[in-house]
Amino acid sequence: MGETLAEKILSAASGKSARAGEIVIVDVDVTAVQDGTGPLTIEQVKELGGRPVNPDKTVLFIDHAAPSPRSELSNAHRTMREFAHETGARLSDVNQGIIHQRLIEEYVRPGDVVVGADSHTCMSGALGAFATGMGSTDIAIAMVSGKTWLRVPETYRIVVGGEFPSGVYPKDLILYLIGKIGAAGATYKALEFGGPAVAEMDVAGRLTLANMAVEAGGKVGLFPSDEKTRQFLASVGRSDDWSELRAETDANYERIYEIDLGALEPMLAAPHTVDNSFKVADAKGVKLDQVFIGSCTNGRIEDLRVAARILRGRQVNKDTRLIVTPASRLVYIQASKEGVLTDLAEAGALITAPGCGVCVGVHGGILGDGEVCLATSNRNFKGRMGNPKAEVYLASPATAAASAIKGEISDPRDVL
Amino acid sequence: MSLKGKAWKFGDDISTDHIAPGRLFHLRTNLPELAKHVLEDADPEFAASMSPGDFVVGGRNFGLGSSREHAPRIIRLAGISAILAKSFARIFFRNAINVGLPILVCDTDKIDTGDELEVDLSAGEVMNKTKNIKLQFAPLPPAMVKILADGGLVEHFKKHGRLAVE
Repeated sequence: MGETLAEKILSAASGKSARAGEIVIVDVDVTAVQDGTGPLTIEQVKELGGRPVNPDKTVLFIDHAAPSPRSELSNAHRTMREFAHETGARLSDVNQGIIHQRLIEEYVRPGDVVVGADSHTCMSGALGAFATGMGSTDIAIAMVSGKTWLRVPETYRIVVGGEFPSGVYPKDLILYLIGKIGAAGATYKALEFGGPAVAEMDVAGRLTLANMAVEAGGKVGLFPSDEKTRQFLASVGRSDDWSELRAETDANYERIYEIDLGALEPMLAAPHTVDNSFKVADAKGVKLDQVFIGSCTNGRIEDLRVAARILRGRQVNKDTRLIVTPASRLVYIQASKEGVLTDLAEAGALITAPGCGVCVGVHGGILGDGEVCLATSNRNFKGRMGNPKAEVYLASPATAAASAIKGEISDPRDVL
Repeated sequence: MSLKGKAWKFGDDISTDHIAPGRLFHLRTNLPELAKHVLEDADPEFAASMSPGDFVVGGRNFGLGSSREHAPRIIRLAGISAILAKSFARIFFRNAINVGLPILVCDTDKIDTGDELEVDLSAGEVMNKTKNIKLQFAPLPPAMVKILADGGLVEHFKKHGRLAVE
């Protein structure tokens, strides 16, 4: 019996045949923390009397509260900067962007084991890395020992065929899939994406899918490393980091889901769970106080281009606020060069600094009591955008842009 | 080891945003203060009403969402002796064991807020004294038993000088 992608990566990282269900201790290639989880990791590293054994691949991201809105957070940032300075660990400061976007731009290679104190660490699986989120203490152990323990997950194979219809995007696919699997349906499992439509899908789309694996309970969302991966790594100046990686054809899958993109429609997740999945067509007309385009899920240049194409020459509804957050400094610069930021700003959007603040309700765009927001991010939990008395819908950048124009949930196919 | 206390019942899908909301992000480095808000977005009265030794009782997929270890830490810091739920989200489960908070998978339908519970960790039993019902809970995976027995992940690592869970 051949190996799934998860088994293949974990076998190489543990030096033994790693089969689903087994506990393995693996070498970790990249460890990451952010400003919400990093200070606690640093405290634990000090408690252990250790220091990062692989400082060049130990990265501290200041992104959740960037730039800092409060002195308590400024002090947490100081702790992170001092730790990086003392130990040689890498620092990604307030100007750089969101942890997961930065990881795929600069650090992660196909076949790596990546552990991060942030649940959406699974996004790096789009490059063919075994990437998963853990708590601060687990990451501290990985930093000081270079190792972590994992239960090798069983795999759900997601076979995708057909072509995206106009107005339908990878975000719609993952919202549909999470609705089908359920918010806990893939708990402890790896999601492995494949099939002809995946082979054709660029890395930006793969990142959106892998990012949300955790919203079905998944441990990692994995993609093969192929020509599309090679092209992406070349585009960020890392051609040498590419290697090919595929699951073996006779690998054992616990479940197989087959999806025909041709039958897919624009989707959304209604409050307050990500598996509360609806067709946009069935939720049209819900009034929106705010629309947010950004996050590690959908804040890439490809996402901003889609939004700009819809908003160019149009205006955001006067009763709706549109906030746009590029996922990283690189995305911001690219969007600026292409005129995408100008298009968005001329349509009435507010462009913020790269970071997580709006999505996680830390600062910027916090909702008022009873307000409704449509966001391109990955979570709509009660309280997620800073107020438990507000409601958050999740959708694609195209749906977000179309909805911002009308001031209510709208189908992007009506404006494309 | 036997634990005794009152049950506080919550529903399905209690997320780490319910437990440790993002709007209190600035308190992440001040856990005693953050603990005063524990589970605030699920029940604003909970932190002020609970007593040390009580149990948090959830439904399906307890602790889903963010990896913030602060969530199980402030539940423990508030004095909750264990969490019982039908199922737990993966990262929360691992974090709870790492910080030494017992976490039990059992059928919680027959537990309501206010019920007096007695939990026998080694026998794997929950006695609902109010309803006079005995419930069984599933044993923890062996790797997690080792970590919990050592008092959490940091103590485990200090004791063995490595990860000794295989």
